[in-house]
Amino acid sequence: MIAYLARRIVQALIVVLGVTIIVFLLLHLLPGGPARAILGERANKFAIAAFNREYGLDKPIPVQYWFWLDHLLHGDLGFSLALNQSVDSLLLIFLPRTALLVGTATLLAIVIGAGLGVLQAVRRNDPDDYVLTSLAFVFYAMPPFFLGLVLIIVFSVILGWLPPTGPSGSAPFFSQFTNLVLPMATLALPFIAFFSRYMRSAMLENLIQDYVRTAHSKGVPSGRILFRHVFRNALLPLITLVGFTIPWIVGGALIVEALFNYPGIGLLFWNACEQQDYPVMLGVTLIVGLATVLGSLTADILYAVIDPRIRYT
Amino acid sequence: MLVTAPSPGEQETAAEAGQAQGSAGPFRSILEVFVENKLAVAGVGIVVFMTLFCFVGPLIYHTNQTAVNIGIVGQPPSLRHLLGTDNVGYDELGRLMLGGQTSLEVGFAAALLATTFGVVYGATAAFAGGWIDSVMMRIVDALFAIPVLFLLLFLASIITPTVPILILVIGLISWLIPARLLRAEALSLRTRDYILAVRAMGGGPTRIVLRHMIPNAFGVVVVNATFQVADAILAVASLSYLGLGVPPPATNWGQMLSDGTQYTFAGFWWLIWPTGTCIVLIVVAFNFMGDAVRDALEVRLQHR
Repeated sequence: MIAYLARRIVQALIVVLGVTIIVFLLLHLLPGGPARAILGERANKFAIAAFNREYGLDKPIPVQYWFWLDHLLHGDLGFSLALNQSVDSLLLIFLPRTALLVGTATLLAIVIGAGLGVLQAVRRNDPDDYVLTSLAFVFYAMPPFFLGLVLIIVFSVILGWLPPTGPSGSAPFFSQFTNLVLPMATLALPFIAFFSRYMRSAMLENLIQDYVRTAHSKGVPSGRILFRHVFRNALLPLITLVGFTIPWIVGGALIVEALFNYPGIGLLFWNACEQQDYPVMLGVTLIVGLATVLGSLTADILYAVIDPRIRYT
Repeated sequence: MLVTAPSPGEQETAAEAGQAQGSAGPFRSILEVFVENKLAVAGVGIVVFMTLFCFVGPLIYHTNQTAVNIGIVGQPPSLRHLLGTDNVGYDELGRLMLGGQTSLEVGFAAALLATTFGVVYGATAAFAGGWIDSVMMRIVDALFAIPVLFLLLFLASIITPTVPILILVIGLISWLIPARLLRAEALSLRTRDYILAVRAMGGGPTRIVLRHMIPNAFGVVVVNATFQVADAILAVASLSYLGLGVPPPATNWGQMLSDGTQYTFAGFWWLIWPTGTCIVLIVVAFNFMGDAVRDALEVRLQHR
């Protein structure tokens, strides 16, 4: 197992390196290069030349990459001229909020999705199953902005139970519970649908295995077969799937934040895009890429810990 | 509530059904199972209807989609404007058709581009093997780690989007999954006996790839391509919603929804529900179709 974990960690590090290379290339994709990006479109060529000399942008690309990476490792992600703050201080403020949103939504999606999947597998082809499957299809097909809108219309406009915007202001977000419900629901529902579908088919695949028949014939109670054996075996690929799905959840968070005006890094990124604030855009892209690699790695490590077969590779 | 396997009766019928079709060719049997699946047929129907609605509709229901008419903004559905007017006076139904054109065009074209590129990339990686394969796959992993929407927004904010550019951008980001899929398929096919036989008979790599691998990976590719169209349509809608879609007077369903959102509390439901329903319908249709092809493939594989 140690060998497997070591390999996975090395792989993750290489991917992280790859992410930094991609972000670095994006920086240089910008028309006019980073100088124009940071100084603005109307900078004259002397200012650009001076900027290039100072930041070593006239050196060969690999050297530049090395300098940039060096800055990165010291925590310097650049400076946002539009917001007049360093990018890392902005991230420190906005990242925890998105982490709250994404973390809770993912947890909800796993717990409720897996639960529903088990229910559907056991009651397959019952009316319950059909209703849940149809709902799953609909939720899975709804773009987050439409789903959020529908939820707002139903719960805020018509019923008036919940406020239509996300949390705001200086009060800690945990305390603004009613404001958190709709954003989290909007983010979680499509993934609840996705995970429940997957869990259902994974459970079904396991239910037809021979070991279930053997356990029955040995007289093991149905409930124990279900939870101790079938559920655990079906859960394993779900964990890998979750790791795989994290980029989508973060992407969905961007739309949810835009819709509900939830001040997280998604909204930060979107505003930066509209203002062409490239340092912020690059910083957020980097952090988000790193976060998803970390999420994937965590899922794989969890898988290795739970699956006994991996221990022998 | 029993914890039992599907009854033996179910399994036998499936096997019999598979066997009855076993003599037909691969495409035929997929088609047959596909047609039996009512949801899939419904999906095809929806797609055909939407395509006609968006492309043939404007020929029947004439509206002016270029000139703004402030005098009639925000009107509810009436006989003159079947779905009312939007916030600058365009007829909403006509707008729906126009928006659908962009969505469908970009959806299909981007999926085609992504699938083609991904298939070639994945097959090449599987064939090259060794360190080339590793490097190619690490590139895929790194690109995959960054959420698509962030990359899309980034690219869209640099380049002013037109329909071809949207197709290019979405296609260039969606090729990752077909690439991974095809590489996995190619790797597993490589070890099959019939490939070894072809090699023993002196067949070269081109022949193996073209005449054996691609037809066998075809099913997986088709399933993925169908889901790609659904994802591309969602991606275009998301981009347009966030304000980085095609510039007016062209429009897109996502953009229409974004405009309609401003009027949620004013109660202008005709700006919100029809558009949203269209998006959901067409994505659900493609998901049904993709699921059906996937199930059809599994039936075919069951009696192999």
